Amino acid sequence: MTNTYRDSGRAGLENAEEFVDMLEKRRCSSDLGHALRTYSPSPYEGALSCSTADLNKAVLESQYLRYVTKEIATETGSSVEDVKQEVCRILEEMSQNLQLGSIRLMAYTLTKVLKRLFTGIFVNMEGLNMLQQAIQESPVILMPNHRSYVDFLVISYILFTYDIPLPVIAAGIPLAGMKMVGEILRRSGAFFIRRAIGSDKLYWAVLSEYVKTIVRKGFAPLEFYVEGLRSRTLKSQLPKLGMMHMVLEPYFKGEVYDITLVPISISYDRVLEESLLAHELLGIPKPKESTTGLLKATKVLQEDYGNMHVNFGRPMSVRRLCQGKINRGQYNLIPRDLPQKPSAETQACVSGLANLMVRIQEEGSLISPWSLMACLLLQAPTTVLTQEGLLWHQLTEKTLWLRKLALDFGARLNWPGQVPDLDVMSSTVSLHRSVVHLKAGRVYLVQEEEPARKHPISPELDVIRAAAAVLMLASYRNQSLHIFVRPAMLATAIRVTKSARRDELFAFFCFLRDIFSNEFIFIPGKSSQDFEEACFLLNKCGAVDISQQEVIVSDARLEVLSFLQALLQPFIHSYQVMFRYLCEDGVNVFTEKQVLPAVRNLATKLILSGELHTYEALSSDTQKNILSALQRLETVTKLRESEQNEYRVNKAAVRRIGDILSGEISPQMLQTAPDAKL
Amino acid sequence: MASNSSSDRQRIAQQRLRIIAGHLQGPVDSDSTILAAECKAQGSKTDVSSERKTMPRRRQEILKWNGWGYSDTRFLFNKKGQAEFTGKRYRLSGMIIPALQNWFEGTFGASMQHKSPAMPILTSSAVQPPTLNEAFVDELKSTGIPFSHDAEDRVFRGHGHCLHEVFALREGKVGRVPDIVVWPNCHNDVVKIVELACKHNVCLIPYGGGTSVSSALECPPEETRCIVSLDTSQMNRILWIDEKNLTAHVEAGIVGQELERLLNESGYCTGHEPDSMEFSSLGGWVATRASGMKKNIYGNIEDLVVHVKMVTPQGVIEKGCQCPRMSTGPDIHHFIMGSEGTLGVVTEVTMKIRPMPEYQKYGSVVFPNFEQGVACLREVAKQRCAPASIRLMDNEQFKFGHALKPQVSSIFTSFLDGLKKFYITKFKGFDPDRLCVATLLFEGDREKVLQHEKQVYDIAAKFGGLAAGEDNGQRGYMLTFVIAYLRDLGMDYYVIGESFETSVPWDRVLDICWNVKARIIQECKDKGVQFSPLSTCRVTQTYDAGACVYFYFAFNYRGLSDPVHVYEQVEHAAREEILANGGSLSHHHGVGKLRKEWMRETISDVGMGMLKSVKNYVDPKNIFGNRNLI
Repeated sequence: MTNTYRDSGRAGLENAEEFVDMLEKRRCSSDLGHALRTYSPSPYEGALSCSTADLNKAVLESQYLRYVTKEIATETGSSVEDVKQEVCRILEEMSQNLQLGSIRLMAYTLTKVLKRLFTGIFVNMEGLNMLQQAIQESPVILMPNHRSYVDFLVISYILFTYDIPLPVIAAGIPLAGMKMVGEILRRSGAFFIRRAIGSDKLYWAVLSEYVKTIVRKGFAPLEFYVEGLRSRTLKSQLPKLGMMHMVLEPYFKGEVYDITLVPISISYDRVLEESLLAHELLGIPKPKESTTGLLKATKVLQEDYGNMHVNFGRPMSVRRLCQGKINRGQYNLIPRDLPQKPSAETQACVSGLANLMVRIQEEGSLISPWSLMACLLLQAPTTVLTQEGLLWHQLTEKTLWLRKLALDFGARLNWPGQVPDLDVMSSTVSLHRSVVHLKAGRVYLVQEEEPARKHPISPELDVIRAAAAVLMLASYRNQSLHIFVRPAMLATAIRVTKSARRDELFAFFCFLRDIFSNEFIFIPGKSSQDFEEACFLLNKCGAVDISQQEVIVSDARLEVLSFLQALLQPFIHSYQVMFRYLCEDGVNVFTEKQVLPAVRNLATKLILSGELHTYEALSSDTQKNILSALQRLETVTKLRESEQNEYRVNKAAVRRIGDILSGEISPQMLQTAPDAKL
Repeated sequence: MASNSSSDRQRIAQQRLRIIAGHLQGPVDSDSTILAAECKAQGSKTDVSSERKTMPRRRQEILKWNGWGYSDTRFLFNKKGQAEFTGKRYRLSGMIIPALQNWFEGTFGASMQHKSPAMPILTSSAVQPPTLNEAFVDELKSTGIPFSHDAEDRVFRGHGHCLHEVFALREGKVGRVPDIVVWPNCHNDVVKIVELACKHNVCLIPYGGGTSVSSALECPPEETRCIVSLDTSQMNRILWIDEKNLTAHVEAGIVGQELERLLNESGYCTGHEPDSMEFSSLGGWVATRASGMKKNIYGNIEDLVVHVKMVTPQGVIEKGCQCPRMSTGPDIHHFIMGSEGTLGVVTEVTMKIRPMPEYQKYGSVVFPNFEQGVACLREVAKQRCAPASIRLMDNEQFKFGHALKPQVSSIFTSFLDGLKKFYITKFKGFDPDRLCVATLLFEGDREKVLQHEKQVYDIAAKFGGLAAGEDNGQRGYMLTFVIAYLRDLGMDYYVIGESFETSVPWDRVLDICWNVKARIIQECKDKGVQFSPLSTCRVTQTYDAGACVYFYFAFNYRGLSDPVHVYEQVEHAAREEILANGGSLSHHHGVGKLRKEWMRETISDVGMGMLKSVKNYVDPKNIFGNRNLI
């Protein structure tokens, strides 16, 4: 297993992982004292101090913005002065205003809130020490995953506590709109980015110059979510590349010697927004971010959310990561201040790096017992869960079995060692009583209580109710998917192709990898490494024997293969539902807005008729992923002239993908077109 | 103990070697050296100058065979551990430099206890016997042009001053060296030699001052023909001075200091002062596209040259007039300048001369940090008011400069003390670990110099610069000449180093300085160098569109099994970094063999093809076979 991220991403897992509960001290000393503590971090050695005003001035006066301003003035026919004013407006809306005073206020408030929400916040000290060192050596980019609103200031809070320079943080503009809170966030170092910038050239220019100036000046670490948005499914999302480009460009252009990327994995035992997210996935819109909304949400403060783990990954040098991948000389012939389209080489490099970071975030996150249980619960028929209940002892036995498998696969488990296993599992279930409850030796899925109605609720609504619970469960399962996904794809290849030939399995594996590239994180161009990893892991746990030419199922551990195959089933079924919809007559040109409810209706119908067994097909997230995947495979194309994002579908191509997926086209055929792009 | 006895030893040893060599070589050699015959230079009755100071044919009589410069001049640590500079040639000569030891030990982690002395003498057995082309030797003898195949003579011409070359010599290792050294006395001698070389298919390598730092003088190991080193040092006359047009016609073997001295006698100067001017020759400047410290007033070599005569295997190439500018197709001078000895030998050059400046004034400015310093230089360049020379040293070099302050001296009035006063009184804001200093040299008539000076200081003030006195400036330029001797001192104590240069657009100057220095430090760390290296730079020339940057880098190699290899890897990485940051392959050192691998990306495939086709036409048999450049 030679994946670099394995070695580099694991900050001190091998030697006694030292996670320290930072709330412990807070519980036995004054919160005010903490907020007013002496704070004297050692910043980047090459940086000169830079106030908000300095930063904004540097951005406004940059050659790059002057150039773009002129260009836009010419294009739009407005005066340079007007465009300049627009630039100022954008910058004003965007800019952070980091102030120590606000940080202290924030620290005080957060201590109060976090102590109430969480039993403990565990931080790996080794990672923090490496970060402290790295920050002095070069500009640092903090790259946490994004699973909850709580993420937002928690990194700053930790850095404040451990005397490390505070980051400026890229945030979504809706947060800025919240009364008071927006301003507090701004003063805590947040800068705000509009959603859906699209083709607003001026906005892109201001944003990118702002970000690049922060990196160049290096006065503070920059924190941003490479996944873009908060994941609604707790599954890693495909990285967004725009911000990544901006962050890396100063290195490509030689404006800084190096940049350090620090992947950070935040894992929650229980996520605050769990039910909200599940509903959003079912098409029930999320409430707008507002201060009153926040205040109303205080009722979530009454509940227990277990532990939070923040794992700071090993700092990674962009210079080393890009060695041999980027020819920095490509910028020698054009002034570096001029806007320039990134070369194909640069794009590939940036995308590779962004995906690598997400993979490291995955590898660095901690898997809770609950996530393992969720994997197993989802493999039971939904009716069992909602009606007769699953036998508790069956679940616990299976969970212990799965724990061993996960460890074999190299997972980082967050399984308390000093407590009997059964107690761990029952306390886990009680932490998640919003999803399941244990009664008389059986486990049941909790379904939302319906407001009393006069009429009996329709079967469709019933499906939605069950789906909400299933999707919550699925989210927790997703926390550990990355451990299993590669061997699971191989297991699926074995099932579908019924072949033992390595080359045929590899071809199908690549097909799956291609289809699911929007669902799971794969580093581009590393399909053979992924395949090798899958083979290695299945062989390691005794499920298969590997020879030069063949992968042979060993009968001793069939349960591993069947578990892994079942793990991937909901995805395969969801994809097939979507394919089926797209191949229906009358669907030719459609918009995203039309397609999501239509597929949801079809899935509901199929569930009611007993044809479809997974409620996950109802998730809008999965549906969007499928659309993106088909677009990537060029079977669905966006219509250029269309204003409302209309798509056209190539039914034959979709049908063919569906047929391969269900094994109706033999793997031999596949090999002739291994890229599955038809 | 160290100084006198060891230099005595060295002298005695060299004498012995000469005697031994004499025994070994027998009568042929003594014959050949006696054959020296004067040859009248064309178009002139006598030399312009009264007294001729010639570089002797046996350079080893006055120069070190395995280090930089004059034999009588070197740095050493005396019994008290104080650094001394020996000899009488320089301002610093005979002085004690008290702070050097501390700086040296502190910067490199070196110690007086750990010495790595050089082999005192060259053992003749280390030198391979010459491959002689008998027919060529016979005909050469009949021309009466002096030549030699004495081992020392040959070894002396087989190297320049790259670190690996000097390091090998100090260890007594000698690779392929020329088989014969020949000393033409004039243009016609060169024509004869080249004709004979073509006739007998021997390889010619022109040799001027021997100061190359690009492996240009190294004999290609794969060369099987007899290699003849064509030493131009005896062609060192000023043939005429044209006071109406302010030009001088000079033989190409003359070395810089001699040229200036002779012209000065007539009230003129060329103003071309590369740092190597004590030893480097006019022909070498032309062949490498040299640059002088005072180019802001006088121009670089390409601006100074009016006419060049070069002997090639195809005959002599020269222009038919002495005109200031021509539109006659590509300028043939540009095939000659930078040809690095691959096309022929430059024999005579007509150069612009200027009346000697009435007034010279040094100066210096201290800046709070390097960024401000660069910004100031950029502004000076923008306003096109650069003094004859303006150089900006970074903080490390500033400190290094301090360490070289002699104990007592009227000229070297204390820089630091004066500066300290500044800090303590008015300008406490300067951080001694960030500040940097620019040195200035103004030339011209007195009034204009003073005016000019004010203009420059006014600009400097806008960038937070403080005038820091004439002495610092003067000392800075003086150090340029002695700094080359310091490498030999370092090499006595396990410290090796080198300098290299580049040119770069203004907007990248800061980034390239920062990135290359950081790269050097990182590479040293990665390659197992125990102690963090000295990695420093200065901006030495300004142009309208950019600047020339010089890097110095040195490290303590104790604990490394192959220090030269490590050194070369680091230098290679540093050059890659320079190119990645938009810097040039070379500003004035040239390409030689050291930087050949990057030529293609530097001048494109077509460019390479052009150079090659010129080479193929001019020298199809590769008589000028030093294999530099392409």
